[in-house]
Amino acid sequence: MSGVIEGRDGPWEMVIGLEVHAQVISRSKLFSGSATEFGAEPNTQVSLVDAAFPGMLPVINGECVAQAVRTGLGLDAHINMVSRFDRKNYFYADLPAGYQISQYAHPVVGGGSIEIELADGSTKRIGVTRLHLEQDAGKSLHDQHPSKSFIDLNRSGIALMEIVSEPDLRTAEEAGAYLRKLRTILRYLGTCDGNMEEGSMRADVNVSVRRHGEPFRTRCEVKNVNSVRFVMQAIEAEAARQVEVWESGGTVEQETRLFDPARGVTRSMRSKEDAHDYRYFPDPDLLPLVLDEGWVAGLRAGLPELPDAKRARFVAEHGLSAYDAAVLVADQETAAFFETVAAGRDAKLAANWIMGDFFAALNRTGCSIGDSPVSAGALGQLLDLLADRTINGRIAKEVFEAMVDTGESPAGIVESRGLRQVTDTGAIDGAVDRVLAAHPDKLAEYRGGKDKLFGFFVGQVMKAMAGKGNPALVNEALRQRLSA
Amino acid sequence: MLTDLSLAEARDGLRRRDFSAVELTEAHLDAVAALNPRINAFITVSADKARAQAAAADAALAKGEDRPLLGLPLAIKDLFCTDGLRTTAGSRILEPFVPPYESTVTANLLRDGAVFLGKANMDEFAMGSSNMTSAFGPVQNPWTRRGDNRALVPGGSSGGSCAAVAARMALGATATDTGGSIRQPASFCGIAGIKPTYGRCSRWGIVAFASSLDQAGPVARTVEDCAILLGSMAGFDPKDSTSADRAVPDFAAACRRSVRGLRIGVPREYHSDNMPPEIEAMWQQGLAWLRDAGAEIVDVSLPHTKYGLATYYIVAPAEASSNLARYDGVRFGRRVEGEDLTDMYEKTRAEGFGAEVRRRVMIGTYVLSAGYYDAYYLRAQKVRALILRDFTDAYAQVDALLTPTAPSAAFAQGDKMDDPVAMYLNDVFTVPASMAGVPGLSVPAGLDGQGLPLGLQVLGRPFDEETVFAVGAELERAADFHHLPAIRAGVPA
Amino acid sequence: MSLDPATVRRIARLARIHVGDTEAEQLAGELNGILGWIEQLNEVDVEGIDPLTGAAQMAMRLRPDTVTDGGIPELVLGNAPDRAGTFYAVPKVVE
Repeated sequence: MSGVIEGRDGPWEMVIGLEVHAQVISRSKLFSGSATEFGAEPNTQVSLVDAAFPGMLPVINGECVAQAVRTGLGLDAHINMVSRFDRKNYFYADLPAGYQISQYAHPVVGGGSIEIELADGSTKRIGVTRLHLEQDAGKSLHDQHPSKSFIDLNRSGIALMEIVSEPDLRTAEEAGAYLRKLRTILRYLGTCDGNMEEGSMRADVNVSVRRHGEPFRTRCEVKNVNSVRFVMQAIEAEAARQVEVWESGGTVEQETRLFDPARGVTRSMRSKEDAHDYRYFPDPDLLPLVLDEGWVAGLRAGLPELPDAKRARFVAEHGLSAYDAAVLVADQETAAFFETVAAGRDAKLAANWIMGDFFAALNRTGCSIGDSPVSAGALGQLLDLLADRTINGRIAKEVFEAMVDTGESPAGIVESRGLRQVTDTGAIDGAVDRVLAAHPDKLAEYRGGKDKLFGFFVGQVMKAMAGKGNPALVNEALRQRLSA
Repeated sequence: MLTDLSLAEARDGLRRRDFSAVELTEAHLDAVAALNPRINAFITVSADKARAQAAAADAALAKGEDRPLLGLPLAIKDLFCTDGLRTTAGSRILEPFVPPYESTVTANLLRDGAVFLGKANMDEFAMGSSNMTSAFGPVQNPWTRRGDNRALVPGGSSGGSCAAVAARMALGATATDTGGSIRQPASFCGIAGIKPTYGRCSRWGIVAFASSLDQAGPVARTVEDCAILLGSMAGFDPKDSTSADRAVPDFAAACRRSVRGLRIGVPREYHSDNMPPEIEAMWQQGLAWLRDAGAEIVDVSLPHTKYGLATYYIVAPAEASSNLARYDGVRFGRRVEGEDLTDMYEKTRAEGFGAEVRRRVMIGTYVLSAGYYDAYYLRAQKVRALILRDFTDAYAQVDALLTPTAPSAAFAQGDKMDDPVAMYLNDVFTVPASMAGVPGLSVPAGLDGQGLPLGLQVLGRPFDEETVFAVGAELERAADFHHLPAIRAGVPA
Repeated sequence: MSLDPATVRRIARLARIHVGDTEAEQLAGELNGILGWIEQLNEVDVEGIDPLTGAAQMAMRLRPDTVTDGGIPELVLGNAPDRAGTFYAVPKVVE
């Protein structure tokens, strides 16, 4: 995927900015005491405040503010010690008050940045314009009844962080990398679970196209795209549409569009046709949000190690390649798993096992790292058995598969199945003798100069020893006998 | 007659067991039954509930309980949500609304033992100065001009509350004030009423008009009764972010404080050539009473007074246009079906809101809309800052201010209806204190030449209601106002 | 600044209040009367003045993050003009 679209009369460049709505992890809502859990029965996690009953008033949840500040700190962003809440006024069935409480003029977090890594190994720093807190809306269900829409307000009032990027992204790949990196950072911080399927992270994509060197042209906003893949597809589809419009002599109108993943196209959103005039003004039910320096310092001190720092440390401390380190830090649990396995052991070997057999096993079993049948401790024990030569590498893979299947400890599997490596030279010599005696023709060929049959003999000896022979000793014994 | 007692007298009589709470409540329910068809002060009468509360109060009294308002029957402005009791805000759009919750202020009153007679009529969504905008019909002022039976307005928006108290249908009432809605009708009805400092009473559960201005307060026939009621209504509420975390002083005790040595400011901008001479004279009389009681009268300036009303008529409608967006026919209240969602909204709101509410929502929407925000709303907020500065500067020199409450006595129903601005001018003296959030009390001070009551307004420093009560009580003693309205309990129609 | 009936209709649409043509004419007149009166604020020198949002001069209190509300669908839905099970129901919306 390059950022260049070859039009009929020359190349076009994409200009992309993302507005990510990230649901804040908190027990209760931004301005009410109702629960935030996903998947509850309709309208059971709704207070009279969330349903905007007459006389109901918002009171802000301090933890949501803390989460926004933590996220701002994690994005290297400026924390605004005084911010304010505004009302964004518009009518919609799932917006009970007729306004959304948001931060328009004075967001809690100002400018920051995110470094993204691209497939070619390069990195790029993407500006974050701002982060602000706002309320989520409820949910409209349009497919339950022929003439009615149904409204569920469980989501109404849950805290969102709107994280706005600069229009620094130039390709769908960059947009994908930005989203994934942002999600990783949010998960590290514990401020958003990043679960796009459940809608706890949603992206609005601003796309425009231009000829190289031009100022920006009109952009369109593709609303509520709910996976990284769809974001990338939506960008490609929308950019292609705009190129087509411009090249056929038309003009791209600034509008809100929806992405249809089934058809791979964007379309104009009918319900948003009305001219927007949100009439933002300071919410008179709330007061200015004034942060305390010491409180912010405490949040800063409590931040976990973030992925960029962790990656650098994995390279420096553990000698991993930048690529391996990036793979391992993409998920906090994986990184922690790695650190447990690698502690006091060969870190590169640990990384190879995790990214190889271990990830393959997770894929195959459909498990996540949290409910994996093989714990980091058990995998470490397996590497110890390899290191002290209790087993050889080939047996280790067999033991690992048994660990996945049974959940038993590696030592237990080795003992119960008699997989201990054979280092007794007498036993190895005997096996070598038996193999050579059984294959006089191959022996003759080898002696006739067919050197590569050495490998055949190694294999046969290992087979005769049920795989348990120490590979170095087997090689040594064979070499001696064949050269004799 | 039990209905002629002040709230404090009724409280003392109950404690002495001179009469029972049930007798007291029945006397007021009788007055309501007799007078409400004419005065229309109540939208909803909760007689059965009131009787049950009174019976419970008698039981509590028998056990020796001593709560501040035990067994005292009150009217509740229909802007306060009351659990299980219809709450309309004077609007068709809320006609069927029964809240499943109790506002903090009314919950405080119930905690202290009060009996609720019913929900008092009011201008729709508290938007009005005459009670003519109520969807449940106008309220008649219990006072009439001498020799003239024409129905007068009680003022507004707390017109039902004030009329009920003036006509002795209730010992006191809750009210709310956004730009004068407690003080102006109290003045028109010859009773006392205080808008406390913004943040003194919780706004939780009160149907919002303009959130940065709305304040609940009591109306009653004496300053002390207002102090007793405010003592119960006020208090910190964590459910309201703008509620002040301050202890509630003994307001009733403050009514007995001397005004000797207090500096009372006379804002020179409140004088005007078109002020009726009777009102100017009443004002001077009030100043003389305070001087006689040992206060020092000081000339002060509130230079931005004349811009208060125009500022108010940007800020209040702007906030209202947003606060009233929730009346959309989806979750509560009246719905008018439409072809689609937007059509349903537009019909519901066109039919559910009365003309004045529609007008203010439109004004508010306009002044916040793209291209006009800076010219109107932002400028108004800056003028509001100047108005607050005026008061801050004045309170550096004086302890309280004295002004007339309203530029006129009660006017006839139907007057000033053709020109919204003429109606808005009723609040010219009350609005500046609302913009600044400072407390203001209206005290009945005398009658005009036609026999209608006139009130004086005492303004104080933020959270210094005690001085306001002290000054108000002194005026009340000096004025010795014992005139009675023509329409009242015990007088045959 | 003067409102014409077309602007009145645009504002009415924003406010979701149905306004007929004759009503728009009348409203334009009333609103212009009010707005004309409000224009007096243009006389005030507000240079360098910070806007005042509200009368409460304090910073905002933060609430603890505990679940204290919700679980009351019958109270939340009890006043609804139209409902379907535990959903609110509105005329169908096409996105």
